[in-house]
Amino acid sequence: MFGDVPGFLRTILEGASTTLAVTAGGIVFATVMSFVAGLAMLAPARSVRAVSRIYVEVWRGTSEIVQLFWIFLALPILVGIQLVPLWAGILVIGLNGGAYGAEIVRGAVQAVPRAQREGAVALNLSPFDRMRRVVLPQALVDMVPPFNNLFIQLLKGSALVSLVFLQDLTFQAQAVVLPTNTDQALTILTLLLLVYLALSIVITAAMRFLERWAAALVGRQPSTRSREVALSGGAA
Amino acid sequence: MIRFDKVVKRFGDNVVLRELDFQVRPGEHVCLIGPSGSGKTTILRLLMTLERVDSGTIDVGGECLTHMQHRGKRVPADEKHLRTVRKRIGMVFQQFNLFPNMKVLQNLTEAPVRVLGLSRDQAEQRALELLEMVGLRDRADAHPSQLSGGQQQRVAIARALAMHPDVLLLDEVTSALDPELVADVLNVLKDIAKTTDITMLIVTHEMGFAQDVADRVLMFDQGRVVEQAAPGKLFTDPDQQRTRDFLRAVLERR
Amino acid sequence: MNDKWSWDYVAEILPDLLRGLLVTVQATALGAILAYALGLVLALLRRSQIPVLSQLTWAFIEVIRSTPLLVHIYFVFNVLPQFGITLSPLTSGVLAIGVHYACYTAEVYRAGIDGVPRGQWEACTALSLPRGRVWTAVILPQAIPRVLPALGNYTISMYKEVPLMFAIGVLDIVGRAQEAASESFRAVEPYTIAGLFFLALSYPAGVLVRRLERRVGYAQ
Ligand SMILES: Nc1ncnc2c1ncn2[C@@H]1O[C@H](COP(=O)(O)OP(=O)(O)OP(=O)(O)O)[C@@H](O)[C@H]1O
Ligand SMILES: [Mg+2]
Repeated sequence: MFGDVPGFLRTILEGASTTLAVTAGGIVFATVMSFVAGLAMLAPARSVRAVSRIYVEVWRGTSEIVQLFWIFLALPILVGIQLVPLWAGILVIGLNGGAYGAEIVRGAVQAVPRAQREGAVALNLSPFDRMRRVVLPQALVDMVPPFNNLFIQLLKGSALVSLVFLQDLTFQAQAVVLPTNTDQALTILTLLLLVYLALSIVITAAMRFLERWAAALVGRQPSTRSREVALSGGAA
Repeated sequence: MIRFDKVVKRFGDNVVLRELDFQVRPGEHVCLIGPSGSGKTTILRLLMTLERVDSGTIDVGGECLTHMQHRGKRVPADEKHLRTVRKRIGMVFQQFNLFPNMKVLQNLTEAPVRVLGLSRDQAEQRALELLEMVGLRDRADAHPSQLSGGQQQRVAIARALAMHPDVLLLDEVTSALDPELVADVLNVLKDIAKTTDITMLIVTHEMGFAQDVADRVLMFDQGRVVEQAAPGKLFTDPDQQRTRDFLRAVLERR
Repeated sequence: MNDKWSWDYVAEILPDLLRGLLVTVQATALGAILAYALGLVLALLRRSQIPVLSQLTWAFIEVIRSTPLLVHIYFVFNVLPQFGITLSPLTSGVLAIGVHYACYTAEVYRAGIDGVPRGQWEACTALSLPRGRVWTAVILPQAIPRVLPALGNYTISMYKEVPLMFAIGVLDIVGRAQEAASESFRAVEPYTIAGLFFLALSYPAGVLVRRLERRVGYAQ
């Protein structure tokens, strides 16, 4: 009654490499953008702050799926370059995630007590060293739990690339397996959900590890409340 | 060594320093006393360039801290200028401000390596000597959070000394400590006062300590120097009624 | 520039896109109502005294939060017919997004309810208020105001995720834009306008929510 579970699973997992590539690439790119834009929002130069603020607001203000179609369909017409679909997917996921991550970085950096910066000034550290050696390492601890949530959002967002015909997990289940097995929809889609769940658990486990490491770095116990974002509603 | 010339500092409408003038000679140990809110911390923070003056100038070791020459004009100092004059000054904070992301030893070596350009070995050797001096050599590998307040403050003093400052600023360095830990810290400071020629500017409510180390005590109120004298004179026979009231209040508090 | 951007074409597709916007807003509103209501139910189930019930609710919330909304949309659209329930694409989409976001609002309510001081519960016990009254008269009236900003933020997120429904054939903004693009082979205008529609509503809404956040912040 459950149909050919191993066969379904095998076909779905043929999309795993694409999902993993888009998610991992998106995570790396989003992290870079988060730090670049997040620190730029704290820059002394007004123009730098303005540019990063515009990036963050535009990307958070528009829909990820519109961004995807825009980059896939409109951008090639405007500038005449057609990106490799996989890279375009990573670009969209990463830029979108970076806009949310920038606020995480900014908030965490601002939350480092002012006394710590002043301690670094009193030792005559350069502005760059103050940030890199004193402020950022301390801010890192507070960033890990919200970045965990963000990365899971990125994993979920990676399913969007199936809409531009990248053959990820969702594409395999919905466009390859499902059409010939419509009476097995429950089995197929449940399998798909379980695969995503497993990937989420892997991300969370990795971030727990990172959090413990970052907390040890500043001689703190890791917080037990990693889902603290609840009241701010900061989802994608 | 230090010269304040008509220094004005405001926070909004609150004028904290009103055309303040005073000088400190090289090697001199000066204590600042005065009621809460009289601007003692502000003076130290101005010297550490954590705040900027609204008008007037501050010189340290013959160099202007607040201004610089740019194309023949006097303009407010920029970060680069501040970094050169800051080399002469060290500060110890009321709340220690050790870096929690570094072990004790690294707290002491970080700035010498990055700012003074010492090799890691040189910096560590010097750091261990300083830890020895403050009696904490065996805690070099500890995290700041594993130390008591008094130990943290002694590390903070060693950290400031590691930069070879000409001027050391101390802002109520014992007032965040449990009473039984105060003596250790004060002893370290007395030791430094005796054995080095570092100019010290000390904000404190510990009158006994001031009596011991200070060459001169300045009594502040409302952003001005009310009275200044050697500690023997100022604590026993002050000229101003305001000083007498303040001293009585301090004595009654304990 | 002219061959890349045509105002005439914009004028031509604008009515359709506006019709799509209306569908998006409708779907958001319906989905949000479902998410607010179901989220509260989930939050209360999560606090249930019966361990199995609260654990199952926890598992459901975690699974939904860890998996893509797009898959949930496919799930509702394709699985329910297997059990003889056939819903329109729009209804399926609203159901999926409502349930998906209920798992987020449930956490919001939980945090809001946990934020009500213990003393309030103890006072209720001291007055021997019946359980129903405790919730409706004491706890929820205090919890709801402080959760409003977060609910607002999630509503904005929903608005931006509703276009996923185009994958099952709902003609919302993105569905309309795609229709226009494939008919005319001009993609720049429809998707740019679609993006602007989103920005035009969600940015001011975000500003309003932030203002609300501050007011709620002060009130506490
Ligand atoms: N960053 C700031 N912003 C606004 N006002 C400030 C700031 N820092 C200090 N002040 C004000 O300046 C005045 C002097 O403060 P300061 O800290 O120098 O006093 P103090 O003599 O060190 O007092 P205490 O003995 O309590 O440490 C106070 O009225 C204080 O409120
Ligand atoms: Mg003070």
